[in-house]
Amino acid sequence: MINQREFFFKALFEGLCYFYRNNQYLKSILSEQQLAITIKRLAHQILENNTDLVNTVLIGLQPRGIYISDRIVSAIKKEFPGVAVHYGKLDITFYRDDIRKSLHIANQTDIPFSIETKKVILIDDVLYTGRTIRAALDALLDFGRPEKVELCVLIDRRFSRQLPIQPDYVGKSIDSIISQKVRVLWKDKDGKDEVVILDGE
Amino acid sequence: MQLSTRHLLGIKDLTSTDISLILQTAEQFKEVLQRPVKKVPSLRDVVIVNLFFENSTRTRISFELAEKRLSADTISFTASSSSVSKGETLLDTVNNILSMEVDMVVMRHSASGAPHFLAKHIPAAIINAGDGINEHPTQGLLDALSIKEKIGKLEGTKIAIIGDIMHSRVAQSNIYLLKKMGAEVTVCGPPTLIPKYIAEALQVNVSYNLKETLEWCDVANVLRIQLERQNQVLFSSLREYNLAYGISRKLLDSLHKEIVIMHPGPINRGVELDSDVADSKQSIILQQVENGVAVRMAVLYLLSNRTN
Repeated sequence: MINQREFFFKALFEGLCYFYRNNQYLKSILSEQQLAITIKRLAHQILENNTDLVNTVLIGLQPRGIYISDRIVSAIKKEFPGVAVHYGKLDITFYRDDIRKSLHIANQTDIPFSIETKKVILIDDVLYTGRTIRAALDALLDFGRPEKVELCVLIDRRFSRQLPIQPDYVGKSIDSIISQKVRVLWKDKDGKDEVVILDGE
Repeated sequence: MQLSTRHLLGIKDLTSTDISLILQTAEQFKEVLQRPVKKVPSLRDVVIVNLFFENSTRTRISFELAEKRLSADTISFTASSSSVSKGETLLDTVNNILSMEVDMVVMRHSASGAPHFLAKHIPAAIINAGDGINEHPTQGLLDALSIKEKIGKLEGTKIAIIGDIMHSRVAQSNIYLLKKMGAEVTVCGPPTLIPKYIAEALQVNVSYNLKETLEWCDVANVLRIQLERQNQVLFSSLREYNLAYGISRKLLDSLHKEIVIMHPGPINRGVELDSDVADSKQSIILQQVENGVAVRMAVLYLLSNRTN
């Protein structure tokens, strides 16, 4: 009994130390299993609206959006093996509206096909102020004139928008305040699949 | 991450991290230049003045194009058509231009150290586009990008710089950059055109034998014989220079491997390079020019956010 209590206090103490060190509180929104189901659903919804993938183009946004777009594309390929998916990556660094505030380092853009008269689905991990998507639309139009552009996001931080931009495919909508941060963690990069909210100081 | 300096005065002041950052950003700009619309709005609110106190075709056009592709507003200025010919000093000229709210200055000047002098006296970011016989940093960077693209890496790559090392700012910038990035450098040319203590000062190998040097290197960066910078006769004639240090097809074919030929331009055909070498598949001279725009876009972009 005493051992158990000691163990409990020790664990509690270590936990407190952990939060103290990180100076923030973690809350999980999507676990690994939920995340896998959500990605599968997004892939299905995209397929539902675009049964003919010939005229549809998927574009992941650098740097963090490409992890979710990679997963969605592989889910689509699993569903329809042998179908050629037009899949590209877009970096929006040079189109940002806060370029004068801080310097951002550009990532690779790779769109090896024409988007002229195609239907483009932009894919990103978190939709927050909408400014990234504004920049992405500007960047996209430099590649041609798509017939239609849609937006797919894993997490929609609704009520935080600073521009009139709405997603067409949403993994999960959450209500969060400005001081909070939403992080999508990926196995390839962060060691585990999870979506968490971090409370700032 | 950002550059450790506010100005680009020379490669000498950059760290290897700075150089990697510029090259990495330039690679992204190369992709921008492949798009149907080859223009990004990054420097929409930046005014850049190009001050060319010395003649230039490639560098000036390349800078102007880079500025336009970044959506900056530009003013171009050449010394011959300005008040400099009426006797205005450099500082007065630049201060007058700056009072019209200019954020960045790209400058070429025949006096070594002119951009360093300006950097001390004015608030705008300064980019050196060649100063006297000191440095030509953007040429060094674009040469590095071209080598990196062709060979795959800079570290351990063997690079020969051939010709007029004494009067060449391109050679100096190249040597600083390549040594910082871990490449091996040999300078080769007639003894009269190689500074006496260069081996000790810059840790490069010195060779007076062209064939041995070409046999050793992966890349040969051939410099222009700068007749306008030579006050005294340093070799007897152009024909003699061509016979001893000019690169011909025959010489390249006699080597045991295929090397890459570079030249910063403009080429004196038949002096340092024969036409059939300059226009051959081994030469990446035109790729260098193409990379020049991307590298200059990267430099302007990376220095622009410090202008406030």
